[in-house]
Amino acid sequence: MQEIIRLKQVKKAYQTGEMHFEALKGINLVVNKGDYLAVVGPSGSGKSTLMNILGCLDLATSGEYRLDGELVNTLSSNQLADIRNKRIGFVFQAFNLLPYATAAENVEVPLLFAHVNSKERRKRVTELLARVGLADKMNNKPTEMSGGEMQRVAIARSLANEPEIILADEPTGNLDSKSGAAIVSMFDELHKAGKTILIITHDMSIAEHTERLVTMKDGLIESNGDLSGRRVG
Amino acid sequence: MHIGTVLNVFMRDFRKQKKRITLTLVALAWGTVSIMLLLGFGEGLHQQLSINRQGMGGEIGILWPGRTTKVFKGMGKGRRTHLYMSDPAYLKSRIPLIKNIGGEFHRWGAKVQYKDKIMSEHITGITPNFEEMRNHIPQMGGRMINAADIAQKRRVFFLGFELKERLFGDQDPIGEMVSINEMPFTVIGVMAEKMQMNSYSGDDANLGAIPNTTFEVIFGDPYLDNIVYQPHDPNDMKEIEKQIFEAMGAKYKFDPTDDNALGIWDTVAGMREFNNILLGIKVFLGIIGALTLLISGVGVANIMYVSIKERTREIGIKMAVGARRSYVLAQFLLEAMFITFGGGFFGMSVSYILIEGFKRVPIESDVLDFMGRPTISLEIGLVVISILGIMGLLAGFFPALKAASVKPAESLRYE
Repeated sequence: MQEIIRLKQVKKAYQTGEMHFEALKGINLVVNKGDYLAVVGPSGSGKSTLMNILGCLDLATSGEYRLDGELVNTLSSNQLADIRNKRIGFVFQAFNLLPYATAAENVEVPLLFAHVNSKERRKRVTELLARVGLADKMNNKPTEMSGGEMQRVAIARSLANEPEIILADEPTGNLDSKSGAAIVSMFDELHKAGKTILIITHDMSIAEHTERLVTMKDGLIESNGDLSGRRVG
Repeated sequence: MHIGTVLNVFMRDFRKQKKRITLTLVALAWGTVSIMLLLGFGEGLHQQLSINRQGMGGEIGILWPGRTTKVFKGMGKGRRTHLYMSDPAYLKSRIPLIKNIGGEFHRWGAKVQYKDKIMSEHITGITPNFEEMRNHIPQMGGRMINAADIAQKRRVFFLGFELKERLFGDQDPIGEMVSINEMPFTVIGVMAEKMQMNSYSGDDANLGAIPNTTFEVIFGDPYLDNIVYQPHDPNDMKEIEKQIFEAMGAKYKFDPTDDNALGIWDTVAGMREFNNILLGIKVFLGIIGALTLLISGVGVANIMYVSIKERTREIGIKMAVGARRSYVLAQFLLEAMFITFGGGFFGMSVSYILIEGFKRVPIESDVLDFMGRPTISLEIGLVVISILGIMGLLAGFFPALKAASVKPAESLRYE
């Protein structure tokens, strides 16, 4: 299996005034192409910090992060922006949609920054929203949609530039169980389509869908197990 | 950087955030309008006051006879001094600093009659150079008293514009016969309308002027009532005053240091005081303008700052999905520039329309004659827009720079 993400002794420390807080204390993790992985752990265990670093939204204080063999720590902010644009898709707990823009316009944003022409953008946005079942809500703003619908828009947006990796941070955290289940089944489908998916969650029922389970505690990985076996049969 | 992408994002967000952008634009336009109007009125007042101040005449001196208060060469004090018809020429020959000089007679209560209209009027005897010294400028179709009128003691009559209204109404008076104390005079001109802020011996609007040589023979006055003179250089007024006392003292035998022997009104000295008052008004308006500008600037800065703070999350989202820092900043710069130029242009246009409109409103008002009409200044407008624009830009750009400079993870956490 081809390795896509490799973390070696990754640490992240925050300094606020006198307070020094180490959120990650040395993470070693390898993710292979096509992995379906859940990261679980109590609040404050460093899950979100890990996701920010994996997603190039933040940089590690020390250690090594290689994405497809490339050392991320040393990249320029423009190179990091391009990675976020083309190679990683994000799904956030708080959806993080632009409040003033319609569903279609939100999905279009990553395409704009990838300099896709307007005709192609329109075509891809229509396809993406149809894929998440929101063909009829293209022109609705986030305020006119339910939480589940907003999260589906976010998923469509994360897929805009066909990234290899999807990172989801508590994607069902703000949703009722039915909408949450629909979102999770969407990730299942994406996984079947060959995407590498990392989900950070509290919810063990989501973790059960994945093939790998990483448990974190106090900034360290506590266990790193392969669950694919139990899904056999 | 991909210009197309920046423009695309800018246009898209612009359409989506019309309300916020319009508000900022209006704030900037409002600041521009209020300052333009304030300074426009100030400038109008200044110009009008300067014009009005010239109504009685530019830098002139007026000389009256007096009474001696010092004994001189065996003569007691308390003697009356007199001004004679020969004195203007005498003074001009003695004092080269004088450019124009003329003697003036006054007679109140003269009987002025045109057809069946009879009035009791103030008649003055003057010289042609009053046109330059005292702004006795004739309206089109008429003329002022000239040298030939003086030399030939002609019976010609030059009217103030209000006296003309009272005597003739709308009728053209030029060439009409008027009798003054039962003697016929021909009307040769009417003074152009002017605003006058100060005067001696009555307002020029009601002037009834004849040549001073004619005056001398028909009324038989032995003495001039006053002499009006004008220097080549207004800075010489003090020196001229001193030389007048010396020349007149020598001729009529009084002590040239006797201040009461002659009365002199130096309007140049008055002008200096007046200019200080004008300067005071300008400084006052300037301070109000600066404070208004500051308030508008703070308003614009506040809107930009708050909107950027609100948009920190938006910046985080855009950067999370692949916006480079330069795209985010370029968008904010474009937006700030649009608001600055749009608001500035809008404000300038509104000010221009208001001020031009105000100029065209036909209000007959003494207040307006005195206050003047507001005048727009392109320079002031550009300064106002630049200052507001720079304030808005700084207030918007630095928070945007900060939001775009931190890691997206941090902007996304921003609540």
